[in-house]
Amino acid sequence: MSKNTSYINRPNRPLQVYAVIFLIFLYVPVLFLPLFSFNDSIYVRFPIEGFTVKWYGELMNRQPVWDALMNSIKVGMATAAFSTTLGIFAAKAITRYRIPGKAPLVGFIMLPLVVPGIIFGVALLVLMSQIGVPLSLYTVTVGHVIICLPFSIATLLPRFEGFDASIEEASADLGENGWWTFWRVTFPMVFPGILASLLLTFTVSFDEFIMAFFLTGTDPTLPMYIWSQLRFPQEFPSVLALSSIIIIVSFVIVFAGQWINRDATFGADKDH
Amino acid sequence: MSNDAFISIQNVDKYFGKFQAVEDVNVDIAHGEFFSLLGSSGCGKTTLLRMLAGFESPTNGEIYIDGHAMSEVPPHQRPVNMVFQSYAIFPHLNVRDNIAYGLRKQKLSKARRYEMVDEMLNLIALPEYGDRKANELSGGQRQRIALARALILRPKVLLLDEPLGALDKQLREQMQLELRALQRTVGITFVFVTHDQEEALTLSDRIAVMSGGKVLQLDTPSGLYETPRTQEVASFIGTMNFFDAEVIKASSTSIELSARGLGKVAAPARDQQYPKGAHVQVAIRPEKLRLSNDRPADTKNALQGQLKNSAYLGERSHFYVSVDGIEKPIAVSSQNREQISTGADQTRPVWLSWNDEALVVLNAD
Repeated sequence: MSKNTSYINRPNRPLQVYAVIFLIFLYVPVLFLPLFSFNDSIYVRFPIEGFTVKWYGELMNRQPVWDALMNSIKVGMATAAFSTTLGIFAAKAITRYRIPGKAPLVGFIMLPLVVPGIIFGVALLVLMSQIGVPLSLYTVTVGHVIICLPFSIATLLPRFEGFDASIEEASADLGENGWWTFWRVTFPMVFPGILASLLLTFTVSFDEFIMAFFLTGTDPTLPMYIWSQLRFPQEFPSVLALSSIIIIVSFVIVFAGQWINRDATFGADKDH
Repeated sequence: MSNDAFISIQNVDKYFGKFQAVEDVNVDIAHGEFFSLLGSSGCGKTTLLRMLAGFESPTNGEIYIDGHAMSEVPPHQRPVNMVFQSYAIFPHLNVRDNIAYGLRKQKLSKARRYEMVDEMLNLIALPEYGDRKANELSGGQRQRIALARALILRPKVLLLDEPLGALDKQLREQMQLELRALQRTVGITFVFVTHDQEEALTLSDRIAVMSGGKVLQLDTPSGLYETPRTQEVASFIGTMNFFDAEVIKASSTSIELSARGLGKVAAPARDQQYPKGAHVQVAIRPEKLRLSNDRPADTKNALQGQLKNSAYLGERSHFYVSVDGIEKPIAVSSQNREQISTGADQTRPVWLSWNDEALVVLNAD
């Protein structure tokens, strides 16, 4: 044991090796996408034949890509707004009110995280056709809100739990009703969580495929467009280029969200 | 119920599920009074305070403040403000905005608002702190900000939930004096919750001692200390020696008793009435007992015992004297007016003596 580190901080060789293998396993497959997107060949195979950005250029000139992108942004923004709004109410209710059967209820809300998307997709498809709603970007949004709600709640809950309930009581005590207390105290204090939730749910919706597969009408979202292009081998490098862009943008957005929400105990009294 | 009560708590019960936190509390508090609720944790004092603030509502009974029934009035419409145990300073606002928080509805000009905040900052002796962030403040400073934030609204009643509990001893004693001086300056009714009996004695005009949700005794600090009505109150506030006793003769002015260990003693009657032969307890504070080496000549109330133990506490010493007929040694406290040497001559025969007025008769539990 090194004399300069405490027992709990001392280096652990097997754990370090494990961490490296873990990261390789997680991200190397993904890294093939940007790699081949710069490859000057329509075939995805080694050896790499040369560097090119023409697939990216080609992407820029394709109107359906732009249309699909706009569809995904629209769905993503609507999904982020709805699921975050619902998430705020849910997180507030879970942390602030005495609800009978709270624990099972929270488990129930979190269920979409583990229930296979295909089940929700089929279920919603059946429901939509039964009540006669035509498939469109609206139905995709409904599906995405269901999937994103647990992400939103999971992001917001630590924020709501992170501050002393007496801070809201203090606001009431100083003469503000529930609405003003929310605007003047609760909202600013959970705001980083709200921002993080918006970014995260937008990203989840933006990348989502299964729900979109079942619920898309005539306008495809970006993942649906990628899926439709896989049938054409000559389009494949462009798909790789598109996927690479999506990966980068998703990473940036999610990390931005994490960074904004980095101090979830913000507002907790640090003296106690 | 007297008519001049400013706060009147009438027959208040509070249940949380099946647990009864507050049981049949009846308390009247006068305008401008510094009133304390004293008790150990879980005695219902904080629940009672939260019912005054409106965060909990009584299961039974009613609370009146300034003549108005409070049960239907939400916290934000009550003429009370509270200083929370955790201070509950808004962490996203600076000191100035914290103090000005409650002024929104008064639609004041910005200049007037700043003026009022500066006044409060001067009152709490933190004049330069307006632009500080909440997390840059020490515990004592937060406590004062919480106080200023409540006082700026000129509440009719200020509720304080163990506001000094988180401070260290020196700061706490300083804040106690400041709090008392402040209360006299602003003339607001204070309702103060504490588990610290010394703090309650120092600050309060009157104290309600609570246990198990009930008010055991409501009295002035000296009334509680000098004439506790039950053993529980007596032992909660300071220490006291208790002796089982039987009433021999009772008149309107004095009660004669036969006390185990003490023999035949007389205590002032203090409006108490006991039949002859009643089993009671007689009690005396340690500092009201005198210790001497020889039998004191000037009093009939004297008793010989063995000095078993002593503890030197600087300005005073505690002695424990065992006496025939009782198991527990009698505690005696005396001021060290002269320099004494510690640790010497532990076990030796001594005499205890007292005045009749020092004896208190309690109901046997």
